[in-house]
Amino acid sequence: MAMKFEKRAEGEFFLDVSGYVCPHPQLYTKKALEKMRGGDRLEVIFDNPSSAESIAAMCDSTGDEIVQKLAEGGKYKWVIRKA
Amino acid sequence: MTEEERKRQRRILGILGFFILVSLVTYGYHEYYVYLSAYLWFGIVYGMSLQYGRFCFASAFRDLFAVKVTRMAVGIMVSMIFFGLVVAFVNILGMSPFEPAPVGYYQIIAGFIFGIGMVLAGGCASGSLYKAAEGSGASMLVLLSISVSQSVFVDIGGITNSLVPRSWTESAAAKGLPPQVTATDGWMDQYLAGYVWDFPTLTFASLMGWSDKSLAGAFLANWLLGVVVPASILLLVGYIVCARKPFLARRRRERRDRSGGLATELAGYWSMVVASKRTIIGGVVLGIAAGVHMIVLRGLQVKFGVENFGELMTRMGITFGLSIKGTVFDPGYWYITTQEAQWVGWVFQKLGWENLDNIFYGFNNGIPNPLINPADWMTIGLLGGAAITALYSAEFKWKKPTVELAVWAILGGTLMGIGSRLGLGCNVGAFFIRISNGNPAGWLFGIGMIAGAFIGVQFFNWWTERKLAQAMAPLEV
Repeated sequence: MAMKFEKRAEGEFFLDVSGYVCPHPQLYTKKALEKMRGGDRLEVIFDNPSSAESIAAMCDSTGDEIVQKLAEGGKYKWVIRKA
Repeated sequence: MTEEERKRQRRILGILGFFILVSLVTYGYHEYYVYLSAYLWFGIVYGMSLQYGRFCFASAFRDLFAVKVTRMAVGIMVSMIFFGLVVAFVNILGMSPFEPAPVGYYQIIAGFIFGIGMVLAGGCASGSLYKAAEGSGASMLVLLSISVSQSVFVDIGGITNSLVPRSWTESAAAKGLPPQVTATDGWMDQYLAGYVWDFPTLTFASLMGWSDKSLAGAFLANWLLGVVVPASILLLVGYIVCARKPFLARRRRERRDRSGGLATELAGYWSMVVASKRTIIGGVVLGIAAGVHMIVLRGLQVKFGVENFGELMTRMGITFGLSIKGTVFDPGYWYITTQEAQWVGWVFQKLGWENLDNIFYGFNNGIPNPLINPADWMTIGLLGGAAITALYSAEFKWKKPTVELAVWAILGGTLMGIGSRLGLGCNVGAFFIRISNGNPAGWLFGIGMIAGAFIGVQFFNWWTERKLAQAMAPLEV
C-alpha cells in the first residue's frame, strides 16, 4: 500500500505507512511532524514493529507527546501531539 | 485467553515442537547431528534476541543520521562489549575458532557498499532475517537478493578478468593454490588470493606483541583497547551529538537538577545507555550467547576429534559439496551471509552451474546440501526463534511488499551481497564478530558501513521529502 498523508480537520493529521519497513515509517513521521504546528495531532498507522521503538525514542528526544498507543494484529495506531 | 491468543500459542508450540523433533530424530539417526543441532539452537537464541530487541545494525547508524536516535547504536556497542568479554575468556582457555581477517582499506570500501545497501534494503543481513520471520515480504526479497548476488559475484569471470590488475594475477598465481580452483581466472579469486590475502592478519594483541591467548592480550589489548575504549568513545560522541541536548531539555521541562556539571552529564550518558530496556536485554543476551556458542562448538569438535564438520560428513559417507580441503563452512560462531550464498550456490550447482572451481566455494566453504550445512541450520533456527517472539508479542503479520519496496529490497540486497563478499562478511561476520575478537578489520568495515549508511540516509531524506511534498500539495498545512 502506498503512503497516505491527509489533513482530517484543523490541527488533525493522518499518516498511513502500513506495509513500509525501516526507515520509512520513522522518516515519514519525522517529516510530517516537522511540517505541523505546535499542538497539532498526528495519527500514524504502521506495521513495522521496530519502527515503534524508533518513533518512541524520537518523540522522547523532541518532546513530542505520544498520547495514544494502540496495537492489534501486528498493526500500530499511535497519536502524537507535536510539542 | 482469546481464540487469537490460543492460535498464536499453538503456532509457537508447533515451531518449538518441530525443532525438538528435528534434533531428536536426527540424533537418533546419527550422533554427529548433535553438531548441527547446536547451531540450530544457538540460531533460535539469536533470532529471539534480535526480534525482542529490534536488533538491527542498519537501524543503528541509519536512525542516528535520520532521526537522531541512539537506541540501536547503544545496543550494538553494549552487545559487543559483553561478547568481547566472553571471547576474552574463550581465548585464554585456548578454545577460540576465530581467525582474524586481513587488515586493509579494502574493508572500508566493502563496508561502504554494504552500508548503502542496508539502508536501501531497510535492514542489515541479520535484521532482514528476523524481519522476514515477522512476515515482511520485502525482507524476504532482501534475503533472496543477498543470496543470489553473492553466489553470482563470487564466480564472475570472463570479461571481468580484464579488469584485474596484473599484480593481483601474479600474486594469486604465486600462492600455489590447487589447480582445481583456477586462482588466476575470475575477478573474485584474484581479488582474494592476489590482493586481500597480502594484507597482514592482525589483532590488537598481536599489534602490542602479545598472544591472543595471554591474559594481557585477551583482556587488555583485544577487549579493553579493541572493544571497550572505542565503543565508549563512539557512545560519547553519540551522546554529545544526539542525546545530550534532548536530555537537558527534558530535565528543564521536568524542572530537575538545573545545576549542570559532571553529575548531570553522567546521568545523561547513562540515561542514553538504558533508554531502551528491550534493546539492552536483547544485546546482552546476544553477546553472551555468541560467546557461549564458541565454547559449545569447540567442545563438540574436541568430543568428536575433528576441526571441521566436513570431517564428520566424510565419516558419514557424505562427500558432495565438500571443499578441496575436505571442509565446509563451519565458523563455530554467529554468521549470516556465507551460508546464504551457499544455499543458492548449491541450487545453481544442481542446475548445472559449475561453481566449485572458485576460492569461495571450492577452496574455503564448499556447498553442502542445505539439509546438512551447519550454518544453514543456524539460519533456520534464527528464523524460527524470531518467529516465536514475534508470535508471542502479536507482532507477526504477513506484509506483501509494494513495487517501491521491492525495488529497494532487491537493490539494497544486491549491494549488501557484493559488499559482504568484498569484506569477507556482513554486519555480523565482518563487523560484530571481528571487533569483539580484537581484529581491527572490523572497525575498518564499520567506518565504511557508517559512511555508506550516511549516504543512504541522505538519499531517503530526499526521497521521503519529495513524496511527502506531493502528498501535502493539495493540503493547507
